[in-house]
Amino acid sequence: MGNLMAWIDERFPATKMWNDHLAQYYTPKNFNFWYFFGSLALMVLVIQIISGIFLTMHYKPDGAMAFASVEYIMRDVPYGWLIRYIHSTGATAFFVVVYLHMFRGLMYGSYKKPRELIWLFGMFIYLALMAEAFMGYLLPWGQMSYWGAQVIISLFSAIPVIGDDLTLWIRGDFVIGDATLNRFFALHVIALPFVLVFLVIAHILALHEVGSNNPDGVEIKKNKGADGIPLDGIPFHPYYSVKDIVGVVVFLFFFSIVMFYFPDGGGYLLEHANFIAADPLKTPEHIAPVWYFTPFYAILRAVPDKLMGVGTMGAAIVVLFFLPWIDRCKVKSIRYRSVIFKVNLTVFCVSFVVLGWLAMQPATEILTLFSRIFTFFYFAFFAVLYVTSKNEKTKPVPDRVTS
Amino acid sequence: MKTAIIKSIVTLFLAVAMLMPMLATASGGAHLLTAPIDINDKESLRRGAKAFGDYCYSCHAASFMRFNRIAKDLEMSEEDVREMLIHTYNKKGAPTKIGDLMEVSMTDDYAINAFGTAVPDLSLAARARGADWIYTYLRSFYVDPYRPTGFNNTVFPDVGMPHVLWSLQGLQEAKYKTVMHGDVEVEELDGFEQIQAGKLTSTEYDVFLGDLTNFMVYVAEPVQVERRSMGWKVLLFLIVLFGFAYALKKEYWKDVH
Repeated sequence: MGNLMAWIDERFPATKMWNDHLAQYYTPKNFNFWYFFGSLALMVLVIQIISGIFLTMHYKPDGAMAFASVEYIMRDVPYGWLIRYIHSTGATAFFVVVYLHMFRGLMYGSYKKPRELIWLFGMFIYLALMAEAFMGYLLPWGQMSYWGAQVIISLFSAIPVIGDDLTLWIRGDFVIGDATLNRFFALHVIALPFVLVFLVIAHILALHEVGSNNPDGVEIKKNKGADGIPLDGIPFHPYYSVKDIVGVVVFLFFFSIVMFYFPDGGGYLLEHANFIAADPLKTPEHIAPVWYFTPFYAILRAVPDKLMGVGTMGAAIVVLFFLPWIDRCKVKSIRYRSVIFKVNLTVFCVSFVVLGWLAMQPATEILTLFSRIFTFFYFAFFAVLYVTSKNEKTKPVPDRVTS
Repeated sequence: MKTAIIKSIVTLFLAVAMLMPMLATASGGAHLLTAPIDINDKESLRRGAKAFGDYCYSCHAASFMRFNRIAKDLEMSEEDVREMLIHTYNKKGAPTKIGDLMEVSMTDDYAINAFGTAVPDLSLAARARGADWIYTYLRSFYVDPYRPTGFNNTVFPDVGMPHVLWSLQGLQEAKYKTVMHGDVEVEELDGFEQIQAGKLTSTEYDVFLGDLTNFMVYVAEPVQVERRSMGWKVLLFLIVLFGFAYALKKEYWKDVH
């Protein structure tokens, strides 16, 4: 066995990679609850890829057959229903886990120097994930798939001069049709998964280059022992691998509750209208995107002008990319930051959730007003952060991590 | 002073956020009754299957469903299912097979001529509309001489479907009352009045519709009983696995200080 490993290591850096990324990757020992979600996101990605592979074996990306093929999977393919529900619940789980992972980053300043690139790769992952989810949602070819895609693609028509030609190019037809379904299938199962996996590798490589942040925002590499190992660091494997297994089991418990007992999530995960096959001649009464897009949809609806609305919605996502430079405070963790930051972050998170809820309601006058107020709060977070973070009154940061 | 201002801003913010759900407007439409659904009641499902075969399944297809799946899930012999549901022949002139999908011979063109609209497939009706909608809808046909079928429906106004269950339910008229909305007079539905008895009493008819709706809920997702029963086994396994995983973590972490 030792000989075999030596033979491989002379030709491929297997042991080196194992040590660099697991057995000798030193991780702060004070990770808390919020640090489960990175590894969970990776696991959900694997779940989605594997369940997705099995779905493609039975799914038919054809306007005339797609809807029926999903029901064929649900009824006639052995355990097809299980695979389909794993995949549909997995989409929601992916966003839950990613949102919590991002919230962790906001709380503990994980995006700050020297981790700006980790944050940027992460934001690109989030962007690719949104595209992946959007295109995947068209594939069941139900009414909400069809009309949801219709609404989102038509947003591009707001762009001056090239708008109409651009939407035509995206759809491959004058309306959403077989051509659109086929290309979305190709992008959903080949192009975007490649991009996602590549970005995830870059995200992890960048993380392992600079080392993990922690709830205290202390750089553990500043305090090394005589052996060159950070005093507050423990090897990722076996310490965090066994800890993350506990997180995985707890996560799978909640995942299974949804998947086995509430697979359609009361119409929020699998929408009622999506159990009717796509019909280009019948618009559903109420079109709302799936929950994970709703905060941005609310921002879009809050602005009366279509082009301005699209621009504002885009800005709501783009502004997140610049977070490492908007936040000018040297102290990373919320534990040692000012009350203003704590309040600002709370208002931001509540606004995000409220906006998400607003987008699922009919756009009445009063609710539109609320959408505008909370859109304001959403953007105010960044402005307030930029202004107050420069000379923020922070508490002293300890030299070593606290447990 | 400064914290007091921040505190009051936060309080105001949270108050607004809490108030939001109260502002949500309920979407319009008739008030729906609660359908008595029990997906584990095989007796009710078999009665529902018979009702579906007798009254729905000649215009409406359930084209994602197979006959033998019903036999297996509802614990019926294939012979019984054949007798209950299969009355058609395939293109070769042989009786429709037990493993076939529950399709109908009526074409869309024919249906549009007869009813003004294509007849919807009912495989997924219970997931698209909801059990309560189906149950209430089938109870809400009333006599309306201005409609081509002689009936209208309070849940689905001006529906193309005739009241195929009239011989069971009998005939009823819609009653209205005048309500003031501000200073505008509005006619509101105030129940139904039976004007001719049917073969079933009102209670029997409710049971009949309950069974039929129950069957449609089953047809919309035939696997749901198996899904729930697999669910608790998986959850139980995860609880046991959690015990081991947690013990393993504790064992490794005891030397981390």
